[in-house]
Amino acid sequence: MLERPLAPALRPFDAVGGWTIAVVDSLGRFGTFFAEALAALVTPPFKIRAFVDRIHFIGYNSLLIIFLTGAFTGMVLGLQIYLTLVRFGSEAFLGPAVALSLIRELGPVLAALMVTGRAGSALTAELGIMRITEQIDALTVMALSPMRYLAAPSILAGLVTFPLMTALFDVVGIFGGYLVGVKLLGLSEGTYFGEMQTFVGIDDIMVGFWKSLSFGVIVTWVCTYKGFNVGHGAEGVARATTQAVVLSSVLILVWDYFMGSVLQ
Amino acid sequence: MIKVEGLTKSFGPQKVLRELSLDVATGTITIVIGRSGGGKSVFLKHLIGLFRPDAGRIMVDGVDISRLRGRDLDEIRRTYGVVFQGGALFDSMSCFDNVAFPLREKVRTPPDELAKRVEAALAQVGLEGVGAKYPAEISGGMRKRVAIARALVTEPQIVFFDEPTTGLDPVLVNTIHHLILDLHRRFRFTAVVVSHEIPEIFEIADTVAMLHEGRIVEVGPPAAIQGSTNPVVQKFIKGEPDTGS
Ligand SMILES: Nc1ncnc2c1ncn2[C@@H]1O[C@H](COP(=O)(O)OP(=O)(O)O)[C@@H](O)[C@H]1O
Ligand SMILES: [Mg+2]
Repeated sequence: MLERPLAPALRPFDAVGGWTIAVVDSLGRFGTFFAEALAALVTPPFKIRAFVDRIHFIGYNSLLIIFLTGAFTGMVLGLQIYLTLVRFGSEAFLGPAVALSLIRELGPVLAALMVTGRAGSALTAELGIMRITEQIDALTVMALSPMRYLAAPSILAGLVTFPLMTALFDVVGIFGGYLVGVKLLGLSEGTYFGEMQTFVGIDDIMVGFWKSLSFGVIVTWVCTYKGFNVGHGAEGVARATTQAVVLSSVLILVWDYFMGSVLQ
Repeated sequence: MIKVEGLTKSFGPQKVLRELSLDVATGTITIVIGRSGGGKSVFLKHLIGLFRPDAGRIMVDGVDISRLRGRDLDEIRRTYGVVFQGGALFDSMSCFDNVAFPLREKVRTPPDELAKRVEAALAQVGLEGVGAKYPAEISGGMRKRVAIARALVTEPQIVFFDEPTTGLDPVLVNTIHHLILDLHRRFRFTAVVVSHEIPEIFEIADTVAMLHEGRIVEVGPPAAIQGSTNPVVQKFIKGEPDTGS
């Protein structure tokens, strides 16, 4: 392929054009990947064992970090919100304030970020190693779809585990707030939980639920895609893992804003 | 019968295969030799449908597999066994499960028959009793043999070996060559083997093909290749260093 060299004035257009094509191309492949995974998800045979294994990989392995970050987030919220509310003499609303921040916003987002760091990165690295050591090719030539065996179970497990991890984060966080607000700062237990019951509705819980559900899809989709499409060698796996975590985290925050403005 | 015609493949600006043509007769062992990085693995990956050619045809029993997709390609692949360069065993499974995997997933064998067949396949490659071990716990040579067992357990009609002996000691090299020959005599599969083991590999070859600069430059029975007057072939099989041309 011989091409005539471009006039210097046209080069920026060439660069922008090339860049645009590359972006559209990779977006297209990213989308096709998801469509293929979905197709594998809704057509038998279903890989139940792979699915259970992925729940363990994504969910169970993230329990400790969710527990720790949930507890400390709740304690920080308990302290900071108490110190603010007490200025207005309305510390009675500590319970609902902690619960609402966690359930609507911090629970889904922080749990998703933590699971991304703990399990999403491991997912990309594992699939990336399977790619560079030709294990994914081996599946393909056995006429067994890697989408069905590797991608679909991970995405489905994300759908199940993210809401559960978020629920755990919320519950542990609310108890963290309770520890600080009630045990440390002397608010009455009845006020903390009573006002929470009054002010937190099922709508709030559903906002958190939909967020966590969509984060589950976003994170597993990004992380499996990056794992399937690593470059060469160990360096390629390292780069893909970093990209997967960064991209997942950014998408979580962007999508959170979007969901927050749609689900009032 | 595998008939490759005018196979061409580039990665970006790099031309790896240039109008490569090769015939592989059914039931024979064909060895592909050539320089490291010369495109032997890329060629093999075209034969198993992992890469699509830029141009050319790959006829397997009269069907151009480079035009097949999805289910139709999988139909052909069911008759294949592939031993990848690094073995490509599944890290997350024991050796037994690795060998059992294609049987379980592809042919749905009942459990007692499955265990028998897997043990037999492992015994064939001289690895009775290592089934419970994981790939990370065994040596490189054993891993290659497990990979061979996994490739053959479904009794494929065509088996592809990508450097089955690279990095092994001379005793193991000969063991694996004789294993391939032995299994070939027993199962009568067609074999395409990429190898660097010269001259040992000539002992088991029916046909040797030399890949050089993206083409098959010489093909024939081992004796003809060893007696070839083509300087590229002579230099390669004698292992002479490049003198810069
Ligand atoms: N997926 C790929 N993308 C880009 N280049 C590749 C790819 N696979 C192989 N190549 C290039 O093709 C050439 C031939 O590689 P290969 O077939 O692995 O050589 P070998 O004969 O040692 O098996 C190498 O230069 C390699 O970098
Ligand atoms: Mg190779």
